[in-house]
Amino acid sequence: MNTLLEVSGVSKAFGGVQANSDISLKVPEGKIIGLIGPNGSGKTTLFSSIVGYHPIDSGSIKFEDKEISKLRVRQIARRGMLRTFQQTRIYGGMTCVQNMLISTSMRSHNLTSLFVSQKSGEHGRAEELLEFVGLYQKRYLLAGDLSFGQQKLLEFAMALMNEPKLLMLDEPTAGINPTLINGLIDRLKHANQAFGITLFVIEHNMRVIMNLAEHIYCLAHGQMLAEGAPEEIQNDQRVIDAYLGAH
Amino acid sequence: MSRLIGYAAILAIGIAAPYLFPNYQSQMAELWLFIVFALTWDLVGGQMGYNSFGNVVFIGVGMYTCAIVQVGLFYSVTDYNAAKGGGQTVFTFDVVQYLEGLAVGLPLAAVAAGIVAAILGSAVLGMRGHYFAICTLGLGVAAGQIANGWDWIGAGSGMVVPHAPSGLGETSRFYYYLAFVLAVLTFIVVSWLYSTRFGLAINAIRDDEDKAEAMGLPTTRIKVTAWVISALFLGVAGGLLGNLKRFIDPIEVAFAGASFGVWMVLMVILGGKGTLWGPVIGAIVFQLLKEFFWTYLLGWQRVALGLMIVLIVVFFPQGILGFLRERFPERFGHKVDPALARGAAGEAAK
Ligand SMILES: Nc1ncnc2c1ncn2[C@@H]1O[C@H](COP(=O)(O)OP(=O)(O)OP(=O)(O)O)[C@@H](O)[C@H]1O
Ligand SMILES: [Mg+2]
Repeated sequence: MNTLLEVSGVSKAFGGVQANSDISLKVPEGKIIGLIGPNGSGKTTLFSSIVGYHPIDSGSIKFEDKEISKLRVRQIARRGMLRTFQQTRIYGGMTCVQNMLISTSMRSHNLTSLFVSQKSGEHGRAEELLEFVGLYQKRYLLAGDLSFGQQKLLEFAMALMNEPKLLMLDEPTAGINPTLINGLIDRLKHANQAFGITLFVIEHNMRVIMNLAEHIYCLAHGQMLAEGAPEEIQNDQRVIDAYLGAH
Repeated sequence: MSRLIGYAAILAIGIAAPYLFPNYQSQMAELWLFIVFALTWDLVGGQMGYNSFGNVVFIGVGMYTCAIVQVGLFYSVTDYNAAKGGGQTVFTFDVVQYLEGLAVGLPLAAVAAGIVAAILGSAVLGMRGHYFAICTLGLGVAAGQIANGWDWIGAGSGMVVPHAPSGLGETSRFYYYLAFVLAVLTFIVVSWLYSTRFGLAINAIRDDEDKAEAMGLPTTRIKVTAWVISALFLGVAGGLLGNLKRFIDPIEVAFAGASFGVWMVLMVILGGKGTLWGPVIGAIVFQLLKEFFWTYLLGWQRVALGLMIVLIVVFFPQGILGFLRERFPERFGHKVDPALARGAAGEAAK
């Protein structure tokens, strides 16, 4: 099995705060991998480091066996690795359909490919994916007028529109109505199995991550605390302590 | 269908106007140029969210480039500018020379302004928000100072634009139609742009640039391209404006940040930022008010204009179109961007 993403010995500090220290992990192709940890343990920071949002202090990040830790956000996105934001980010002044249409992959395209009609080609797929996340009825509403949970779903659909190889989701179920969470888990699994997108998911909801991930990493205080299968993590005393605030 | 009739009516009015109001030809020519200013400003300021106070740079560059080409094709620019005020009449242009000068000068004005936009854009479009706005303000001032000190182009005493030979007929009508064609062309190009993925991309940059970048859009290149497109049209508009004014003062006419530079922003805010028709409507209303103030409130015209600015910003922060759209969403829907309108209508129905 191929390793899609390999992080080795990555450290990142913000001034005096050591947000990540010596983090190593692997995301194999085709899997769903989880990342958990208490608030402030450095999960989002690690995601940002991986997608090139800020330079790392040391270590190496490889995507498809190529070093990417020096690349810029856009270059990494074009290679097929995408992240969604914990603070959901969509284009508020545009309709849902427009949000989708401009989210297609730029992998095999350049600037001149933007000078074609908005309607060309991808409109059907945009509507299908909106249907898939349950936003079809809202497709001509301004994205900024959607509720927070709906925006989260839209952001997920936009990411799917981009057809990434690896999709990194920062708390996809935060703010989603508990009755809809099971549906969202199914959709994430569907994206993984039917669309072949490898997922790397930050999640606070234990039930969700235990259900979803095949392998889980746990961060605490910026360090890798534990890793393993969901059952192992669930019963790991160190993880339980970290979550119960025994730190 | 009704849309086609509407466009045809506007074109017909535009063509007939010099015959209907022969006394106002130069003001109307200026109005078409203002529409170009407003449309191109909104491309970057409204649709892309980058508020520029430096677009006058492209007007000035176009203005000087065109005038220099008009002269330089036939005479030495140095001699021409040095002789000014000496009452010399050796620098005359016959009809063929005059037209040739324009035919070469106007396209080169576009090219020069476009190149300047590409260079400046790569340098300043990395800045965001207020930093970008203030930086562009500085660019306008700096450009004026450079022109003010450059002897070859006449420095502080300005440059006389070649006067039209008598064989050409009425020049104000001639320039009216050139400005009219440019405005129509600008409108067509801009509205086409908004129908492409490029239009979506600049809207995405306006709404959340970090997200756009995270999704793989080449944001820097998109921003520079948008500014260059604006500059191409502004360069030609500058070339025409110079010929309309017949005299280029580096600070009062060419790099007139305090007048054209600010006015173009006001027109857009007045009409409605980030809409296709807002800049057009804003430019028309602005020019009417400006001419009214300059005619009837002479001496106080700038005060009146200032007061109007305050009133606009306080009472119509969304502009005329934005205001009307909020009041009558269903009605306005079909005239504005249909997708947006459906969003607005749906919102109202909720
Ligand atoms: N841009 C920044 N500047 C300074 N400090 C930062 C910055 N980003 C994160 N930090 C700090 O780094 C640490 C890790 O933050 P991070 O956002 O990665 O945590 P997290 O695990 O995602 O938490 P949560 O579960 O609450 O989202 C925190 O102490 C935070 O204050
Ligand atoms: Mg976080």
